[in-house]
Amino acid sequence: MSKRIRILIAKPGLDGHDRGAKYVARALKDAGYEVIYTGIRQSPEAIAKTAIQEDVDFVGLSLLSGAHNELFPEVVRLLRKEGAKNIIVFGGGVIPQEDISFLQEQGIEAVFTPGTPIQKVLNFIESKKEKVLA
Amino acid sequence: MDKFKKIEEQKKQWEEKTLNKVLERFPEQKETFTTGSWLPVERLYLPRPFSEEEYLENVGFPGQYPFTRGVQPTMYRGRFWTMRQYAGFGTAEESNRRYKYLLEQGQTGLSVAFDLPTQIGYDSDDPKSVGEVGKVGVAIDSLEDMELLFDGIPLDKVSTSMTINAPAAVLLAFYIAVAEKQGVPKDQLRGTIQNDILKEYIARGTYIFPPKPSLRLITNIFEYCSKEVPKWNTISISGYHIREAGSTAVQEVAFTLADGIEYVRAALNAGLDVDQFAGRLSFFFNAHNDLLEEIAKFRAARRVWAKIMKERFGAKNPKSMMLRFHTQTGGSTLTAQQPDNNIVRVTIQTLAAVLGGTQSLHTNSRDEALGLPTEDSVRIALRTQQIVAYESGVTNTVDPLAGSYFLESLTDKIEEKVWNYLKRIDEMGGMVYAIEKGYIQKEIQDAAYRYQQEVEKGDRVVVGVNKFTMEQEPPKEILRVDPNLRKVQAERLANLRAKRDNAKVQKTLNALKEAAKEEKENLMPFILDAAKAYATLGEICNVLRDVFGEYQESIVL
Repeated sequence: MSKRIRILIAKPGLDGHDRGAKYVARALKDAGYEVIYTGIRQSPEAIAKTAIQEDVDFVGLSLLSGAHNELFPEVVRLLRKEGAKNIIVFGGGVIPQEDISFLQEQGIEAVFTPGTPIQKVLNFIESKKEKVLA
Repeated sequence: MDKFKKIEEQKKQWEEKTLNKVLERFPEQKETFTTGSWLPVERLYLPRPFSEEEYLENVGFPGQYPFTRGVQPTMYRGRFWTMRQYAGFGTAEESNRRYKYLLEQGQTGLSVAFDLPTQIGYDSDDPKSVGEVGKVGVAIDSLEDMELLFDGIPLDKVSTSMTINAPAAVLLAFYIAVAEKQGVPKDQLRGTIQNDILKEYIARGTYIFPPKPSLRLITNIFEYCSKEVPKWNTISISGYHIREAGSTAVQEVAFTLADGIEYVRAALNAGLDVDQFAGRLSFFFNAHNDLLEEIAKFRAARRVWAKIMKERFGAKNPKSMMLRFHTQTGGSTLTAQQPDNNIVRVTIQTLAAVLGGTQSLHTNSRDEALGLPTEDSVRIALRTQQIVAYESGVTNTVDPLAGSYFLESLTDKIEEKVWNYLKRIDEMGGMVYAIEKGYIQKEIQDAAYRYQQEVEKGDRVVVGVNKFTMEQEPPKEILRVDPNLRKVQAERLANLRAKRDNAKVQKTLNALKEAAKEEKENLMPFILDAAKAYATLGEICNVLRDVFGEYQESIVL
């Protein structure tokens, strides 16, 4: 039996807008993945810790307050520092186009902006599946 | 009633002779039609058997119970709603410049957006504030920042709304202190603090303390203001964020009024008289795209609240029964795709708010799904209100859509469904319990999920997103906040801590701590003393955190 993909959906920073995060979490669950949702107002440290403890394959970060350039890379940095080399980090929220390449350089592999169909997120996860299950 | 017998007969004839022929050749686009929030909509609404008594009881006259047609007898013939754009970003100085710009452009009231650290009671130099300083609003750490924020703005002339909840008492204290420095006495101040903690637990997220001490702070403010700041709206009970989180129109009204009931109960339990504070309660709703449903929603909300206050709480003063409300157009209806389309959405939503009888209005800017709005975008949003006010003609008569067969029917339908929810929440033991159980959050999430699934499947069209899309869109100019702002604020805080009278600060904070432990004490005077001594927002909130503890979210998925 193959291992099921585990995904952590997390809200870093102080932003309380969780409609998108909860939608994505529920939609991923409906698509058959194991999904954990952190709740709002999590520090990057807490997110990295949960990701490692829960042995997840992906971390999806959601932020609408504009703090993504500071907080998203910090989560990646902490994961790598703690030795979680293979956890794939992606993100979403109100994120200006011009920030996306910066975030990608920092190790956030995909950024989904408002209006993205959920299928795109599913496709992304499927495309990375082999890498994380290897 | 016999009066409508002829209509019934002719309706049958019309169906047979006219309608059915057309339906055979041109079937309708869908089998069933609903409002944006899934209330059923019939093909045609006809005069209903509506007695005089029923009209007087349920619709009545504007400015009179049950206020279905509005809270003032002349509505916009007397004066337009207050045009109040929510604004704030970066430092106090930058936001001060934006306020002056908006006032020059004809805005009639201020509305302050605070950044998240301020809203959650952290100073800018707190480690939890990293990345968030000055982003979604202005950073206010102490009275010093507040003085800069209102520099050159006469507080006896403008009314100011502040979107602040958990630390509302602190920001109100800063405001009172700034006014004092300007020589404006407290009893001249006009404005609103949001001060609505229950919806923070439900939908918005900037809570600090658990429900019980939070409700105490709120009733402390009610009591203090009823004596000292009598023109201040002490709370803005908000459905806006509930709707943004994905609720239906019915849920927006029901959960907001249920929150209102909880605040009234808390104040009564604290020994206040209902007519002493209820006239200063105000509300805040969303305006979405389904024009007629939204108008009906506002009318139903007024009617239900009036009945609650009169029948359930025994209010005697009609002012205590009036649901006065601010409206903001729906942020979640804005699309990042083809953002100029949002101007049209905002126009429809503005009409909904105005035809629904709003007392004040914020219109969103077209680029808010992309980031902070530019000055150009904010101006267009304000101009949208001005065009509706001065050019559309809808302001010339009171409640112009009353008597529309459909609208009155929809108003009744929404009222009925709101009462059902209120009953269920009462049976559960009230709103605090319903929130702690996660019931409210679950109801909203289910609606949000259903909505999004419809968009995904294309059953619900969002122009520019799942239909009429464009391949390449031109990049848009957006406003950016200085990423070094946290450093600027941290330096200012360090200077402040060096130059203020720290012994005095400590004394006021100790007094606040002792008072917080005594449930019967009103904390407002203690917070005001600390504010005037230049204690920071974070210092004041940390004292209260020590005594009250912090709220833990009940995560519902």
